[in-house]
Amino acid sequence: MSILVKGLTKTYDGQKALNNISFEVKKGEILGFLGPNGAGKTTTMKILCGYLLPDSGIAEISGLSVFEKSLEVRKKIGYMPEHNPLYLDLYVHEFLKFAGKLCGLKGNDLMTRIKSVIELTGLGPEQHKKIAMLSKGYRQRTGLAQAILHNPEVLILDEPTTGLDPNQILEIRSLIRDLGKEKTILFSSHILSEVEAIAERVVIINKGNILADDQINHLKQSENASPILILHMEKPGFDFSSFAQIPGFDRVEQVNPFEFKLYTTGAVDLRKAVMEASIQQDNPIRSMTLESSSLESVFREITQSGGK
Amino acid sequence: MSAVLTLFQKEVQSFFNGLIAYLVMAVFLIGIGLFFWLFPGNVLETGAAQMDILFELGPWFFLFLIPAITMRAFAEEYRNGTIEFLLTKPVTEWQIVLGKYFAAVFLVLFALIPTLIYLITIILLGNPVGNIDTGATIGAYIGLAGLGFSFAAIGILASTFTDNQIVAFISALFLCFFMYTGFEFLSDLEYLSSINEQLSAIGMLAHYRSVSRGVVDIRDVFYFLTIIFIALLLSQNRLKGKKK
Repeated sequence: MSILVKGLTKTYDGQKALNNISFEVKKGEILGFLGPNGAGKTTTMKILCGYLLPDSGIAEISGLSVFEKSLEVRKKIGYMPEHNPLYLDLYVHEFLKFAGKLCGLKGNDLMTRIKSVIELTGLGPEQHKKIAMLSKGYRQRTGLAQAILHNPEVLILDEPTTGLDPNQILEIRSLIRDLGKEKTILFSSHILSEVEAIAERVVIINKGNILADDQINHLKQSENASPILILHMEKPGFDFSSFAQIPGFDRVEQVNPFEFKLYTTGAVDLRKAVMEASIQQDNPIRSMTLESSSLESVFREITQSGGK
Repeated sequence: MSAVLTLFQKEVQSFFNGLIAYLVMAVFLIGIGLFFWLFPGNVLETGAAQMDILFELGPWFFLFLIPAITMRAFAEEYRNGTIEFLLTKPVTEWQIVLGKYFAAVFLVLFALIPTLIYLITIILLGNPVGNIDTGATIGAYIGLAGLGFSFAAIGILASTFTDNQIVAFISALFLCFFMYTGFEFLSDLEYLSSINEQLSAIGMLAHYRSVSRGVVDIRDVFYFLTIIFIALLLSQNRLKGKKK
């Protein structure tokens, strides 16, 4: 096991940030750590990196206890904290040199590693700038570069794409996927599509409890993944009274006079019924989207109901 | 040890990238220089070939300048969140504290060493040339360094308590002031007269005076080393306590 978390509990001022959570990440796996803000993702990651001590529980990286073998563990981890703290007064190159030396790299080895991570993260054109002068995207790359500099076995990335524009998000994602070919990666996000795009497996956490831990495609097929049909009509108002008879139809939610969300309680396809009703009521459909395949519905169901 | 060196280099570099290093050195040299050569009571006026002005005023300049050097040590790391970067790298809290401490010490020396120019001038101005109390001067330099190094350790400690540099500065200033003369004042109080000697021995002033006389007593050296060690140890514990 590359990462092992067992019975981890952490309380801040009487409030349980983590409530006896356990999960594992296998070697070479990319695990998405998903949850709303304040769910306990960052706390777990800080504990794994040795920055915080839990009240109780076990945390191991490559079989070494994070608390007893802290220094050795830190050598094996590349960590990018949530707000990606960097020394703004240093030049990118200088900062990487500093980070590398702290990890015990030196001489030629250090220089070749710096060169290779700069290439890998696409920092080339910015490497001789001060970090304070960099855009958010390049700062994020710098943070990622320092995390992978010492070629760690395990990467822990706390919300690696926050604050980036869509192009940058795609670039960072593909970088993480590439890194995942060789390394074990635990990354957190509150954006579902992100987890879906990068990870194979997801752990969903809310209010310090793990609510789901499964392969993404399993979760999407689970009962929580009831499809939602989003409808945009040409004319305002639509009569859904006839839908009540359709087995598996749950309810309808009117977003605005033209837009509706149809909820089901199983894998029922309402599209045909909607087409027929649209013809009958002479109200053409502008668009119709089935949200069944998204992790979003699973996530919403799980975090709102509080369990599987 | 190489981690300490890495941290030391980075700190020193930050000092010199910013204004702090130059400012501290300039204020110290110009300030002392004015009292030395220009203001009433200066060396030329009194005509005595001695460095007393430096050794009397030096501690007071240090009292303000050293907290200004050390205030950012940890306060800035806390504020920018970079402390998380440091503490998740394979370095111990003790190494981090030492790296920052040695950088501050380096800056104190950096301000102190140019005063040797004044010393050389005094030696050359002496009649006959070189007529200066060598023992007392060496002792006073050692005393001033001991004082500066202790202030630096106290300043580092103060900086571990807050993410606000101003708070770090003011608390370091107060702590240094208290350690320097506070106990001397306390020992002057009448109702504490029975323990006045012990009280004054806790303060730095007594030890500074003792060394400045030109007799470098091992007990005084040990005193300064103890102060430094305790302050750094407490700083380390503060960092460790952050994990709770």
